[in-house]
Amino acid sequence: MLSIKLAIKNLLGAGLRTFLNVFILSVAFVVIIMQNGFIQGWNKQAKVDVVEWQYGQGQYWHENYDPYDPFTFQDAHATIPEKLNAARQEGTVAPILVTQATVYPEGRLKSIVLKGIDPHQKTISIPTEKLVREGEDVPAILGSRMAMNIKANVGDYLLVRWRDANGMFDAKELKITGLFRTDVPTVDLGQVWIALEELQQMTGLDNEATMIVIKDQSHAEMDLASWEFQDLDELLYDMNQMIKSKSVGNAIMYLILLALALLAIFDTQVLSIFRRQKEIGTFIAMGMTRRQVIGVFTVEGTMHAVLSLIVGAIWGIPLLLQLKKTGLPMPEGYDQFGLPLGDSIIPAYSLGLVLISVVIVTVTTAIVSYLPARKITKMNPNDAIRGKIQ
Amino acid sequence: MKTISTLAAILCIPGSLMAQPSGDEILDRIDSNMSSGSRHVISKMVIHGTRNTRTIESETWSVGDEKAYTEYLAPAREKGTKMLKLEDKLWIYSPGTDRTIQISGHMLRQSVMGSDLSYEDMMDDPELRKKYDAAVTGSEEINGTECWVLELTANSPDVAYQMRKIWVDKQRYLPLKEELYAKSGTLLKKTELYDIKKIGNRWYPGKIVFKDMLKKGDGTEFIVEEIEFNVDVPEHLLSKAALR
Repeated sequence: MLSIKLAIKNLLGAGLRTFLNVFILSVAFVVIIMQNGFIQGWNKQAKVDVVEWQYGQGQYWHENYDPYDPFTFQDAHATIPEKLNAARQEGTVAPILVTQATVYPEGRLKSIVLKGIDPHQKTISIPTEKLVREGEDVPAILGSRMAMNIKANVGDYLLVRWRDANGMFDAKELKITGLFRTDVPTVDLGQVWIALEELQQMTGLDNEATMIVIKDQSHAEMDLASWEFQDLDELLYDMNQMIKSKSVGNAIMYLILLALALLAIFDTQVLSIFRRQKEIGTFIAMGMTRRQVIGVFTVEGTMHAVLSLIVGAIWGIPLLLQLKKTGLPMPEGYDQFGLPLGDSIIPAYSLGLVLISVVIVTVTTAIVSYLPARKITKMNPNDAIRGKIQ
Repeated sequence: MKTISTLAAILCIPGSLMAQPSGDEILDRIDSNMSSGSRHVISKMVIHGTRNTRTIESETWSVGDEKAYTEYLAPAREKGTKMLKLEDKLWIYSPGTDRTIQISGHMLRQSVMGSDLSYEDMMDDPELRKKYDAAVTGSEEINGTECWVLELTANSPDVAYQMRKIWVDKQRYLPLKEELYAKSGTLLKKTELYDIKKIGNRWYPGKIVFKDMLKKGDGTEFIVEEIEFNVDVPEHLLSKAALR
């Protein structure tokens, strides 16, 4: 108790120096919470979005299908398994046929992936009901990014050229009947969606698909010839790795910030012990053990962390709450890299995150406060009380 | 009486139609003009885009239709870019990045240097006789030259174009114009040959104009500056080692 009282008295006595140390430490504390909040928020948001728009609760891929190698698309298709027919009728599985094609927006040539999906599916959020054919025109829908890239709007016709299953060229005009906005660029960029039956007919691949998305786990892990099941862990593997590497990158940044704040506290402690030798000598002369004196100085240093938590809470809580409300707007064009990003990232703070941050800041501050204080054990109390430099 | 009427009918047939060769014969004659064991070409490719026109110079060594090595000579931006085709594989070397990449998948559909030719057009199998049924459907004049109109319909499903229409010079057996159609009947590409010259014992075009009919622009001119047939192609040029 005496240590705490002394610590508070000394800290308040140091005035501006204490305030600067505390403020810098509070910045590190708030930044740690903020950065981790953004990473967690993005992680949460991205996973919800990809499950909703792309992955469902898992996917069956044709054994030859490799989404990163368009060269495989030509041979990656097989008859949709009969076992899934009932679920298909209910719309709880969505077979998708994938083929390469070329579109000619305004007479420019652009390579795309043409995807066929059942207009009545209820498995993923793509608004496929707009693919129901009502007249002569073949309806097509595009994501907003793709529409922006090719300057297409609802009602426009899009000339598309593709090769059928045997490699023969064919060309047709598609009518754009809808645009959709999604945070998942991997169902948007470079893609045009049409009805599954249309694409099957166009390519000569009747009742065939490249992948099958499932809506619930009851259709997972079935033994289907030529099809391999990809569960969410496998499908989200790349994203998890990306988020992991992003977390490491961010950790380096806030560790630098924390190191700067701790360096300031370390310096303050060294200076205090150097300038307050008479005080140290007096403490020992009055009967305090060296360990107790070290305790006083360590508590004094650690109090920076406690004060920084208070100061950080005063300015940090309103800031973090405001960010939670508004999110962090992402620069335009960021989503063109294929990352599932919304217009802004809404941070997700958890009690665990705050507690871990508090522990990290407090423990590291205690350590840097203790390290210079160890010098006290080597001090001669007679010399110290006389203020002789040791 | 029957003999007299048959004779009368034969006499009434115009001379040109009487001499009409079959579609296959015409294709054979075209092949003997256009194909060669090997060749060395220095050419210019003039690409007429929607906004500007670019000229690219190149030197090509080829053996049959399976192997070809091309090095771009100008402009400075493209200079040193090399392309190698070995049967159904295509590689491109870019000096800017000092990397060789195999053109596959999506990239095969991209245009070559922004022209109206795609990489997959370069890979297209030109053996027309095996995969198409040829029929002479008439006679038309192209730029003042009398031509046979030849319609080629695919006899197997594994060809790139369902139908080809070729206008063949009746005298020199050169295709002066060719149109390539999709399965739906949409005209996809058009090729026209100009400046026909006699080189050795064969007729060969000095300029070929390619046009992707779905794309805007005035097409791509391929101008032959120098050409030699049946030359010795240095062995080292037709291997991946030549790309660096």
